[in-house]
Amino acid sequence: MLSIKDLTVNVGDKQILKGLNLEVKAGEVHAIMGPNGAGKSTLSHVLSGKAGYTITGGSIIYAGKELTELEPEMRAREGVFLAFQYPIEIPGVSNIYLLKAALNSIRKHKGQAEIDAMDFLIWVKEKIRLLDMDEKFLYRAVNEGFSGGEKKRNEILQMAVMEPKLCILDETDSGLDIDALKIVAHGVNSLRSENRAFVMITHYQRLLDYIKPDFVHVLADGKIVKSGTEELALELEEKGYNWLNEQAAV
Amino acid sequence: METKLVSYYSDSYSEHAALLSGQSVLWLQALRHAALETFAATGFPTLREEEWKYTNVTAIEKHRFKPVANSEAINAELLKTYLLDDMWNLVFVDGKFSAEHSQLDGLNNEVEFHNLAYVLATQPEKLEPYLAQAVSNDEHNFVAFNTAWFNDGLFLNIPAHQVLTKPIQILHLTVSPDCLATSRNIFVAGKNSEAQIIETFVGENAYLNTVVNEVFLAENANLTIHKLQSESKQAYHFGGTYVKQQPHARFQHHNFSFGALLARTDLHVDLETAAECSLNGLYLGVKRQHIDTHTRINHNKPHGISREFYKGILDNRARGVFQGRIVVAKDAQQTDSDMHNRNLLLSANAEVDTKPQLEIYADDVKCAHGVTVGQLEEKSIFYLQSRGINIATARNILTFAFANEMVEMVSIPTLKKLLATKLLNLLPV
Ligand SMILES: Nc1ncnc2c1ncn2[C@@H]1O[C@H](COP(=O)(O)OP(=O)(O)O)[C@@H](O)[C@H]1O
Ligand SMILES: [Mg+2]
Repeated sequence: MLSIKDLTVNVGDKQILKGLNLEVKAGEVHAIMGPNGAGKSTLSHVLSGKAGYTITGGSIIYAGKELTELEPEMRAREGVFLAFQYPIEIPGVSNIYLLKAALNSIRKHKGQAEIDAMDFLIWVKEKIRLLDMDEKFLYRAVNEGFSGGEKKRNEILQMAVMEPKLCILDETDSGLDIDALKIVAHGVNSLRSENRAFVMITHYQRLLDYIKPDFVHVLADGKIVKSGTEELALELEEKGYNWLNEQAAV
Repeated sequence: METKLVSYYSDSYSEHAALLSGQSVLWLQALRHAALETFAATGFPTLREEEWKYTNVTAIEKHRFKPVANSEAINAELLKTYLLDDMWNLVFVDGKFSAEHSQLDGLNNEVEFHNLAYVLATQPEKLEPYLAQAVSNDEHNFVAFNTAWFNDGLFLNIPAHQVLTKPIQILHLTVSPDCLATSRNIFVAGKNSEAQIIETFVGENAYLNTVVNEVFLAENANLTIHKLQSESKQAYHFGGTYVKQQPHARFQHHNFSFGALLARTDLHVDLETAAECSLNGLYLGVKRQHIDTHTRINHNKPHGISREFYKGILDNRARGVFQGRIVVAKDAQQTDSDMHNRNLLLSANAEVDTKPQLEIYADDVKCAHGVTVGQLEEKSIFYLQSRGINIATARNILTFAFANEMVEMVSIPTLKKLLATKLLNLLPV
């Protein structure tokens, strides 16, 4: 589904990603861990098409296409979804309006008619129950005045409505208490399927207790420096990221 | 010796004066005469005047606007769009009251409402306590001009304790080419009374519309005025509203400025003890429109509250001007005042001049103010794009949301709907 080869990315003159490789197949769950400033959010932004990053080398093939050639909205319509580390507040635009516009943009892209207003309401209420959110969130402005945890849940709600193929979660677990974490994990798990893949960026091994990854990667200094399974996350948690530096020095 | 004309509009006055209302009312004639003299001395305001330094009105002298005796036929479609349900509608065509198009069924008998020309012909003494009392001709020469030229308008007198169950809309429709429409309106809200007014300006062709509203709120009265300025894109609009609030009176103003080639709104509020006003507005300029708003709040006595929130959107080569002046008199202790102006520039050639001005002579007051001028935020646009929405739509959604906040403050459903529809039509596709 996603094949990243030797990706190098600059912000201005500064190289942030320094030859990153990652293979993700449909149905898989990949966790990416790594120290602050390693380039995790940069990777998620580059995948979703945010401006301000210069791709200086390598390639990103998604569903057989060079992803970087698509506008951000086309990537979204083709099934790439980013749950933002810092979701944006959009005053004056209601959640339900955005959810409907998002869903319809995808339907239109697939050549389908716009969804009927009643059908949409039923659809979205089902999703909102999945995330144990109050229905009143639908009518509030997007993320405006939401707590950190509510914003993260709202990202997953958008994901559930858009039903993407490649879900990138950038520290969705940060700032969540254990109950909220369980709810978010439940939402994510219920979306797992054999034709959908997840890339979860996280700082904490605990998320992986609730969402079982198939692979765990360590991203440090702009590269994947180590890949493994769940045990790698436990080892990292125990030994800290310095352990990697020591290994690298050997 | 050659004498240079200051203004066509003073020179041609005598030609048209006989058509104007109140010819036999001596005190009015004296008032008009004095106003004309004031105007004739210097003509329309110039860029040299501090309050007019961003707004050049010389184009008006290139036209020969004049009062219209017989109006062109009304565009029925236009009228239908603006005649709102669930309210009383008073229609003025080319500045003159049109009973034919007005709808006043069921308006409470105790509420006194007549067009000014009628009152001047029948009981002119009723106007004497109010006319030129909320604003003087010295304010600026558009006021003097209006006093000299006005022909009609509305006299609305709400008795004490009356609550109007529906809003009153004053619909100013200007349809004849080169029309000079000059209207003077007097709104009197008695003690403990409550009412909502909508003044709407629409039209076709090039014309000049000058309006002066004098508003008197007795103790504890509560009045809301909505202004929808949606004049023809070739028109010149100068509208002033001058409000006197007795103690504990409350006044709300919602000002939507969308139309005209050149538009200026003056809004002055005088607050006595514990009176409260809230002024909200949205100006939206495209192409080469010039939209100017000058507000002034005078806190004259203690415990007054004022809230002011204006937003502006300027696209293409449009220019906006906002000046919000708040004067807190020495006596006006415990004043609580808050003013904000936020502007969104959608093009590199659009421009806004915004200037909050606080003059505080009391020492125990709470006054906050803030001004912002900016573009749509890239991160917000990207967020919407990442949800599948194309960039042009994303920009529109964000612009609409910015503007719609002001529409949401309006409590009359039919007006709110009309405003939202207008916004959708006006914003760049
Ligand atoms: N817009 C930017 N301008 C300059 N430096 C940036 C920018 N975005 C990210 N960086 C830098 O790139 C590095 C990686 O950042 P980021 O991808 O946010 O890391 P992570 O998400 O792994 O904590 C950091 O050193 C950060 O300071
Ligand atoms: Mg990050």
